[in-house]
Amino acid sequence: MATAAKKAPAKSVKSTSAKSTGLAAPKPAEFTKDEELAAYRHMLLIRRFEEKAGQLYGMGFIGGFCHLYIGQEAVVTGMKMALIQGDQMITAYRDHGHMLAMELSPRGVMAELTGRRGGLSRGKGGSMHMFSKEKHFYGGHGIVGAQVSLGTGLAFANRYRDNNNVSLTYFGDGAANQGQVYESFNMASLWKLPVIYIIENNRYAMGTSVSRSSAETNFSHRGASFKIPGIQVDGMDVRAVKSAGDQATEWCRAGNGPIILEMQTYRYRGHSMSDPAKYRSKEEVQKMRSDHDPIEQVKARLIGKKWADEDELKNIDKQVRDIVADAAEFAQHDAEPDPSELWTDIVL
Amino acid sequence: MPIEILMPALSPTMEEGNLSKWLKNEGDKVVAGDVIAEIETDKATMEVEAVDEGTIGKIVVPAGTEGVKVNAVIAILLQDGESAADASKTAAPAKAEAPAKAEAPAEEATPAAKPTPVAAAPKTEVAADPDVPAGTEMVSTTVREALRDAMAEEMRRDGDVFVMGEEVAEYQGAYKITQGLLQEFGPRRVVDTPITEHGFAGVGVGAAMAGLKPIVEFMTFNFAMQAIDQIINSAAKTLYMSGGQMGAPIVFRGPNGAAARVGAQHSQCYAAWYSHIPGLKVVMPYTAADAKGLLKAAIRDPNPVIFLENEILYGQSFDVPKLDDFVLPIGKARIHKQGKDVTIVSFGIGMTYAIKAEAELRGMGIDAEIIDLRTIRPLDLDTVIASVKKTNRLIVVEEGFPQSSVGDHIANQVSQRAFDFLDAPVITIAGKDVPMPYAANLEKLALPNVGEVIEAVKAVTYR
Repeated sequence: MATAAKKAPAKSVKSTSAKSTGLAAPKPAEFTKDEELAAYRHMLLIRRFEEKAGQLYGMGFIGGFCHLYIGQEAVVTGMKMALIQGDQMITAYRDHGHMLAMELSPRGVMAELTGRRGGLSRGKGGSMHMFSKEKHFYGGHGIVGAQVSLGTGLAFANRYRDNNNVSLTYFGDGAANQGQVYESFNMASLWKLPVIYIIENNRYAMGTSVSRSSAETNFSHRGASFKIPGIQVDGMDVRAVKSAGDQATEWCRAGNGPIILEMQTYRYRGHSMSDPAKYRSKEEVQKMRSDHDPIEQVKARLIGKKWADEDELKNIDKQVRDIVADAAEFAQHDAEPDPSELWTDIVL
Repeated sequence: MPIEILMPALSPTMEEGNLSKWLKNEGDKVVAGDVIAEIETDKATMEVEAVDEGTIGKIVVPAGTEGVKVNAVIAILLQDGESAADASKTAAPAKAEAPAKAEAPAEEATPAAKPTPVAAAPKTEVAADPDVPAGTEMVSTTVREALRDAMAEEMRRDGDVFVMGEEVAEYQGAYKITQGLLQEFGPRRVVDTPITEHGFAGVGVGAAMAGLKPIVEFMTFNFAMQAIDQIINSAAKTLYMSGGQMGAPIVFRGPNGAAARVGAQHSQCYAAWYSHIPGLKVVMPYTAADAKGLLKAAIRDPNPVIFLENEILYGQSFDVPKLDDFVLPIGKARIHKQGKDVTIVSFGIGMTYAIKAEAELRGMGIDAEIIDLRTIRPLDLDTVIASVKKTNRLIVVEEGFPQSSVGDHIANQVSQRAFDFLDAPVITIAGKDVPMPYAANLEKLALPNVGEVIEAVKAVTYR
């Protein structure tokens, strides 16, 4: 593995740019009508799902930690549009959106949140720990930064098997200060592993702002010491995410090794349900919602281009609400795991 | 006065080595720093440099001599004005006082920069293992070779098996356990990592989650503390957290426990630590046969397996059955020697104390049964309890720290499951409750010893 890259550098991607770490973000691709509608529907599903999860948490159906993805929907939605069959995804604990983007069943995710037997982990994982080998979703990890090494390992397996797949390894601006992230960067670059490090910079590591925690706040530069190029992306614009995702996947599939995408995004809710979010002003949150909301941006374009009218969008909203209501209904009424489950799945 | 050139010790515990080659002949002039000879151990070849200036008067130990004791005179160096005839009348030995040696058999103390002595350790007799068919041909093999053979066989058998770690490839292994693997399997499957335990442990687990079967070598398990989050939180728990969908078929292996004179940070036994964790299997072999059969089993096991080796045992030879595919069951103890008066349970290098004590006890008319656990998790308590029901007395021996030790757990389980069969309290013998000291005498005091085992047996047999 320690030998040089097997494949020639991509022609369409500037391979020399690996030398300078800051790459210009590609111009956001114009979406077709179908792409806009798909993005709208997928982001809306995440939004409505998370709103419902917050509601169920308040009602006591969901316990423990529950980290909502509201505001960041464009990131996983745009990246998913850049994937091919077999590409893997792994993330930390703000993970419901990633699961829905990877087409894990809303019922299974919601029932896991409520700790029921129909949950994706049969009630044994919880909000932070869901997986699907079939959908190539590798969790769901509760230790900040740990998934970065694991995701690098997924890329190692791709390289070992010489397949064409890419590992999408997500982490936040907080995890970007963990040591093993840089251990992984080094190995990924050394061995030319096909991994896209997606740093979801939502500006706050729990309650600590990026400027209070990070000496280098331009996260796309974090690979500089390892010759890993990086792109700063408007993570509130699903088209910008998709374009960056296309460029990054092409870079990886061409055998160039890892690449970093810093997604500049924002979470509207607290770090977890129990976070009063006193570290930022209501105005700041409101401004992001009104000026940069990822779903509203798509909606405005759909209406502006007359690709959909209010009624059609309302109809999509209703379909999405039905899916979420069904998931919530299932998750509230599904049985708890059988007590015998306590003793299964410890070792094979 | 002619100067004696002595066989140098290349590590604190080296006792002898091979003098493979002289690079100077009798009559050659040498100055300090000249390479005059090469010494060979089972791990490396090292050059011997002249310390003084003069003429080689006489080569005492010819090239090709094996088993040359440390501090033996290997040549005589004549100084100005001296002739060969003077070579015989050397001064009172310029012999350096040999440092006190730990009781442990000779083996090297630090990673490969300082090589080990040549197979100084004697071949150890072991009772027949019921898992080996009677009449199987046996081949004397070191633990080191057994581990290498196990990995090579499994890598030939399954293309998804690969080994990664620090110095495993080009250097041939810090302790030469991966010797020859790079040559046979190439850099795709024998992967040198940077010094980055936390990172490569995670990369290994990720690769395992994607379906590969990594063998992750830690240069020592002391360094695996950097990686313990990935081992426990990612490798051990994922199967459970995913409701059985996804686990990590991975082996973490490397030397564990005290070596000799390597100090507090390099001398810790992690058997009890990892044995605490549901989702892990923990194997700690003593013999070369167990090392081979259990490592092969560990590589095939679909779960994360912690495979705890011991540096001091690497160079020791044992009979290994000559079978095409010798795989032993994980989770099954081995009765090392049958007996009726007392049960001594141990594992890994702890077995050396049990075995020596048993020999002495026999002379005192005490017939001890020795059980080698081989696997710490899942623990074969049935074998231990069956033995206790026969002997009614139990001693557990290990090198790790005493509190919450493996022995504590066994004592607790036996008291719950076989209380009525005990004629005496269970005695646990462990390392002392102190960080490992460096000084040779203190280190010896910190480790268990044969005398402690004998005293414990006498106590429980009321002698």
